[in-house]
Amino acid sequence: MTFTLNDDQRMLKDTARDFFREQAPVTRLRKQRDEKKNGRDPDLWREIAGLGLAGVIIPEEYGGAGLGYVALGAVLEESGRTLVASPLHSSALAGASALLLAGTDAQKREWLPKVASGEVIATIAIDEGAHHAPGKSKVKFEGGKLTGAKQYVADGHVADLIIVAGGDALYLVKADAAGVKRRELVTADSRGAADITFEGAAAEKMNGGADVIDAILDRARIGLAAEMVGSASEAFEITSEYLKTRRQFGQVIGGFQALQHRAAKLFTDMELTRSCVLAALDALDRNANNIAEYASLAKARASETVHLASNEMVQLHGGIGMTDEHDAGLYLKRARVTEALYGGASFHRDRYASLLGF
Amino acid sequence: MTQDLEVFRTETRAWLEANCPPSMRTPMTGEDDAVWGGRNYEFKNQEAKLWLERMGAKGWTAPTWPAEYGGGGLSADENRVLQSELKKIGARPALFSFGIWMLGPVLLEYANEEQKKEHLPKIVRGEIRWCQGYSEPGAGSDLAGLQTKCEDKGDHWLINGQKVWTSYANYADWCFCLVRTDTSVKHEGISFVLIDMTTKGVETRPIKLISGSSPFCETFFTDVKAPKHQMVGRLNGGWEIAKRLLMYERTNISGFGSNTRVDVVDLAKKHVGVEGGALEDRDLRARIASHKMTERAYALSVQRAQEEAKAGGNVSHMASMFKVAGATLNQDRCELMVEAAGNRALGWSGEGFSADDIATTRGWLRSKGNSIEGGTTEINLNVVAKRVLGLRDTQ
Repeated sequence: MTFTLNDDQRMLKDTARDFFREQAPVTRLRKQRDEKKNGRDPDLWREIAGLGLAGVIIPEEYGGAGLGYVALGAVLEESGRTLVASPLHSSALAGASALLLAGTDAQKREWLPKVASGEVIATIAIDEGAHHAPGKSKVKFEGGKLTGAKQYVADGHVADLIIVAGGDALYLVKADAAGVKRRELVTADSRGAADITFEGAAAEKMNGGADVIDAILDRARIGLAAEMVGSASEAFEITSEYLKTRRQFGQVIGGFQALQHRAAKLFTDMELTRSCVLAALDALDRNANNIAEYASLAKARASETVHLASNEMVQLHGGIGMTDEHDAGLYLKRARVTEALYGGASFHRDRYASLLGF
Repeated sequence: MTQDLEVFRTETRAWLEANCPPSMRTPMTGEDDAVWGGRNYEFKNQEAKLWLERMGAKGWTAPTWPAEYGGGGLSADENRVLQSELKKIGARPALFSFGIWMLGPVLLEYANEEQKKEHLPKIVRGEIRWCQGYSEPGAGSDLAGLQTKCEDKGDHWLINGQKVWTSYANYADWCFCLVRTDTSVKHEGISFVLIDMTTKGVETRPIKLISGSSPFCETFFTDVKAPKHQMVGRLNGGWEIAKRLLMYERTNISGFGSNTRVDVVDLAKKHVGVEGGALEDRDLRARIASHKMTERAYALSVQRAQEEAKAGGNVSHMASMFKVAGATLNQDRCELMVEAAGNRALGWSGEGFSADDIATTRGWLRSKGNSIEGGTTEINLNVVAKRVLGLRDTQ
């Protein structure tokens, strides 16, 4: 196991960091929101894909970079820092993983190069109720036609290709196929999503059953956890800077022990979580036999950490933290969406306990 | 390099196979099985003595210390191999020692050649048991407020004062002690002195804790004379050494006195009941799961810090963070164990309770010290806030 990036991974992370800081700072998300784009920013996605970031985990034979999950995790962490609104996680990680793990040879050949280039945005459609429950699905597949309804599909409103989990099977559906009805959701994090109904939509069955769905979800969870660690870190650093500059009672408020201890505890929590996420990404690249454990560990801890970090960001900024003008609210809103996606802390605590045999 | 390591692994495995006595490959049954060494140490069994002698002779009680001072002279990689081989056969630590965990590393850094040659080999072989003379009745969290007086009497130091929370002082042969050599300044008036506990005027009195055990003492120094060469570092230069030693101490304190033989999950399964593979008490189950995650996160973080240290990163400032996290983790574990065991963990002594039950109860009470000893959680959070995060008191 390793926690340290190699040269390729480090270089990719630096590239992503520089790009996101310059081209997609939080102000870009704010602008998208104010212009009611609901997460749509094709120019940004084109630039991200142009840097090769849509094909990080896709093997070279399919037009990707074949750099693996640790590398993509590093990119996602950087994207989380500035709350980059793009289908990077949905398409480059979740969608690509689904195609890699469940795609037939033909499906891989057809779709992976397009996902790698960013020309096609893929996503996975999992949940059918208010809570994450991949085991519960009413999706039906008969004679090449798919029927069912999915809720809050991440980037479902912009996706070209939808990979639908149906309890014990996976299906590939083109978003523009007849019988696919999308209701665009305007979401708290300004990223958008979609409820998608399939009414006898043309679909292709993919390989694998419930275990493959789990494996795909675990990749999505770990990648999202990396993004969450990035958001939590940035939220913490912004807050920490505020503690060093805001003055009350004739001194900087970072001098007050009550606040120092809160900051120190949050920092400790964040460091522990970061170790879990790095270990989980590494487990994917070395194809460890306990990926499920790592995924639940990383997603549960990242959920708790980003929850705490985003709440503390608001509270420690005081009144300004409540205003729309300040970024704290944007971190808070995105935090809750990422917490819920693919299972929150309580879902993964329960799963972790089961995996450990109690 | 890797090939050399493999050779080392093969040799180490063979040596351990030949030299680690059978009973030393069984899990420790409690704190009583810990071997602390020292002049008057009574071994519970001859195999423990043999194991210490053999490991001490190899220098493997302090594997990475230089061989010229009795250490193993191993590289970090070789030490990792040694530790993994020890773990593989379930070997007990040959020696528990404040000399190895705390004093040795600072002697290597600050002591003169004569002091290193005198003290380090005896630490390695477990011949001298050390105790830590730091806290005083009036200097707990504010350690630098210590008042134990040390006067220059020409050919010796004259020491008067009282220490408290001196771990196992009643069994120790020597004490590494912080003393005041200048009363006009605070931090700059402290020196680091080594004192033979058999010197006239040294007295110890055990303190009984809520767990029923007495791992700590009050230690009194009344007109104690120490030879001049027993000061480590320069006069009034002890605070830097004191802090460095605390860093090693904080890295090492994790779960003293807890019943680590029993896993909280097994305990809960036994006493709470299982339904469909899951603990019947779902609330407790969720909290144990959360604890197990923190435990894993902590272990991964230690591993990560070691990797970063190896790669040349400075991780020394992380000691306080690990101290806080480790103490909290162990206390949470002990609380969960008591909760999981129900009234089985509410016994104190006698036949109505098993040895493991009693160990759970006593371990829980002992764990309350984890967030106090070696710097309280509050003091360590101060350190993280100031040194790591750069949050300052006055600006």
